Amino acid sequence: MAKATGNLPFSGTPEQEAELRKVIAEHKDEKGALMPVLHKAQEIYGYLPIEVQTIIAEGLSVPLQEVYGVATFYSQFSLYPKGKYKISVCLGTACYVKGAGDVFDKLCKKLGLQSGQCTPDGRFSLDACRCIGACGLAPVLTVNDEVYGKVTVDDIDTILAKYTG
Amino acid sequence: MVRSHVLVCGGTGCTSSGSHQIIAALEQEIKKNGLEQEVKVIRTGCFGLCALGPIMVIYPEGSFYSMVKPEDIPEIVSEHLLKGRIVKRLLYSETVQEDRVKSLNETQFYKKQERVALANCGVIDPENIEEYIGYNGYSALGKVLTEMKPSEVIDVITESGLRGRGGGGFPTGRKWAFAAANDADQKYVCCNADEGDPGAFMDRSILEGDPHVVIEAMTIAGYAIGASQGYVYIRAEYPIAVSRLQIAIDQAREYGLLGKDIFGSGFDFDLEIRLGAGAFVCGEETALMTSIEGHRGEPRPRPPFPAVKGLFGKPTILNNVETWANIPQIILKGADWFKSMGTEKSKGTKVFALGGKINNTGLVEVPMGTTLREIVEEIGGGIPGGKKFKAAQTGGPSGGCIPESLADTPIDYDNLLAIGSMMGSGGLIVMDEDTCMVDIAKFFLEFTVDESCGKCTPCRVGTKRMYEMLSKICKGNASLEDIDKLEDLCYEIKAGSLCALGQSAPNPVLSTLKYFRDEYIAHVVEKRCPAGVCKDLLTFEILPDKCKGCTLCARNCPTGAISGTAKQPHIIDKTKCIKCGACMEKCHFHAIVKK
Repeated sequence: MAKATGNLPFSGTPEQEAELRKVIAEHKDEKGALMPVLHKAQEIYGYLPIEVQTIIAEGLSVPLQEVYGVATFYSQFSLYPKGKYKISVCLGTACYVKGAGDVFDKLCKKLGLQSGQCTPDGRFSLDACRCIGACGLAPVLTVNDEVYGKVTVDDIDTILAKYTG
Repeated sequence: MVRSHVLVCGGTGCTSSGSHQIIAALEQEIKKNGLEQEVKVIRTGCFGLCALGPIMVIYPEGSFYSMVKPEDIPEIVSEHLLKGRIVKRLLYSETVQEDRVKSLNETQFYKKQERVALANCGVIDPENIEEYIGYNGYSALGKVLTEMKPSEVIDVITESGLRGRGGGGFPTGRKWAFAAANDADQKYVCCNADEGDPGAFMDRSILEGDPHVVIEAMTIAGYAIGASQGYVYIRAEYPIAVSRLQIAIDQAREYGLLGKDIFGSGFDFDLEIRLGAGAFVCGEETALMTSIEGHRGEPRPRPPFPAVKGLFGKPTILNNVETWANIPQIILKGADWFKSMGTEKSKGTKVFALGGKINNTGLVEVPMGTTLREIVEEIGGGIPGGKKFKAAQTGGPSGGCIPESLADTPIDYDNLLAIGSMMGSGGLIVMDEDTCMVDIAKFFLEFTVDESCGKCTPCRVGTKRMYEMLSKICKGNASLEDIDKLEDLCYEIKAGSLCALGQSAPNPVLSTLKYFRDEYIAHVVEKRCPAGVCKDLLTFEILPDKCKGCTLCARNCPTGAISGTAKQPHIIDKTKCIKCGACMEKCHFHAIVKK
């Protein structure tokens, strides 16, 4: 899957780095530690910029290109920062046949974004996601952890308004 | 003494529609009415009928309240729980009859179902090991460890005819026997909970509703093949399932049901969760193992098969969640009981995730051999809006579309393969006359292009070319020759790809070409999309009798394609129209249609 990289400068704090190093120390001797460490690192920083990947590579004694290879292989890992409100539209089959494609297009148009991008003010980011398994409520979109079900194109303005106030 | 149990669904579907607020409101009202000692609220796993969520069932009456809102709770508590008067108005309408209230199991949705893998879902509190034990939990493990030899365990599973529920349908007992036959210092048992099929959520529901069944079954398998360590590879997109499984593992360890010397038998087994990170290919067994090892989840050529050389190079068995969920009951009730359900070559039951254009979206479990029509029309309650049932898609991006004309085929592994689809993990998406089959094929190809890991050329390049050809057809730029080329390419990719992802990627195209070729031809020859989906083949028109001439559409058209004078019907200039749909969205009078 092609990945966009961030254009914003890295702004990690020493606290975050200390936390990451602690995670690395905990997992260092585990078999197949790279994936769990990347998951934790993304929890800490919100994304996986090259600076974070470098710390992980050194900490786990794994070549940086391997860390980069794994980080870019999986769609859950993001190399760019997400917005304050992460919007994900499910484009699984059940949602798609119920019109999720139109909902997604409308959001793209409304926010001026393409999938994977973030608005310049850092407020919204938009992703097309894989099935979240709430097919009974199709079409579904999520904003951070809030789930909106049975969404229609007409609901978009109301939903966005909740986060723009 | 507890006299009433209130079961509230805490699966992902109902949680998304607000069941946690229902639980909070219930607890508050119960306290207010001083009923804490008499009424117990339990958050269960999925009941299956996700379309009607949040779902709440009150026992001993078995009253089935659907689409419950927090503001209904005070009435339910004061009327039903305090005074014993069922609030009929809020019940699932099908259960209300004039003279009596029907129980859950008498409804159309549940009547034909046979719950084996989902037996405990929606029944027990998944975060409480004692409830699982109360429903015979861990007694199969006890029986295996204290009364059976490993080879006897494998014999029972083989004899039962259980086949893998994750996709291919390989006989489970045979898989175990291969791994048991290989001597090694370390072997592994893995659970595939990387449910990547869009539209399938049975594995998630089992983990959310009955996590201990997976732990128990994997431990049994560990004993049978001689493994002491297991891994559950689960999608990170399923946070509720991950946390419940972790709670269950911790509880099992605390009770001595995982860890050293289980049941005093000298057998050690432990489990670890590994999170996936959103790669569909990791549902393929060798890719999944590569991913657990911490690498890019690329598949490996087979042989060697995982039973010989799997995770970390050691003999490994991998089964999916639903397969595991059948194991303890087969051990307890015997192979003959399991064999009594299903068809000649497909025994037992299968869970399907019903979705798409259907009234009762949700999870259903039926004996193998049930027909598609029974599932869609009886259990699923038919298609909404009086539309016509056109096709059902099974097997996700690896499966195919089954037309309505074949809906009476009994569903089992072999019949589905014979009609060009496959069981897959059990997603079943229903489509009506408004679904364009070419667009659906394109949708799946877009998915496979995105998810192809890139290791082998037929899949990496071939799926991309297929996607481009389908796009061309949807845009009306293709010729009949392109359809033939597309079909040829399908067979090349099937023959040449390394793993099941590539080998099955052409299935959605082949099956739609087989059953809906006329739709492809309409796109190519008539430049028309019969279902009215493919944007490039549509035209927007203003209905003169409905148009009030309010000028709203003309003012909103980004290309100035709409003209007309105020209070007179307007016209769209088709050469300027970019088909953005802005006019149709703005029109208050439904005067603009796409054809």
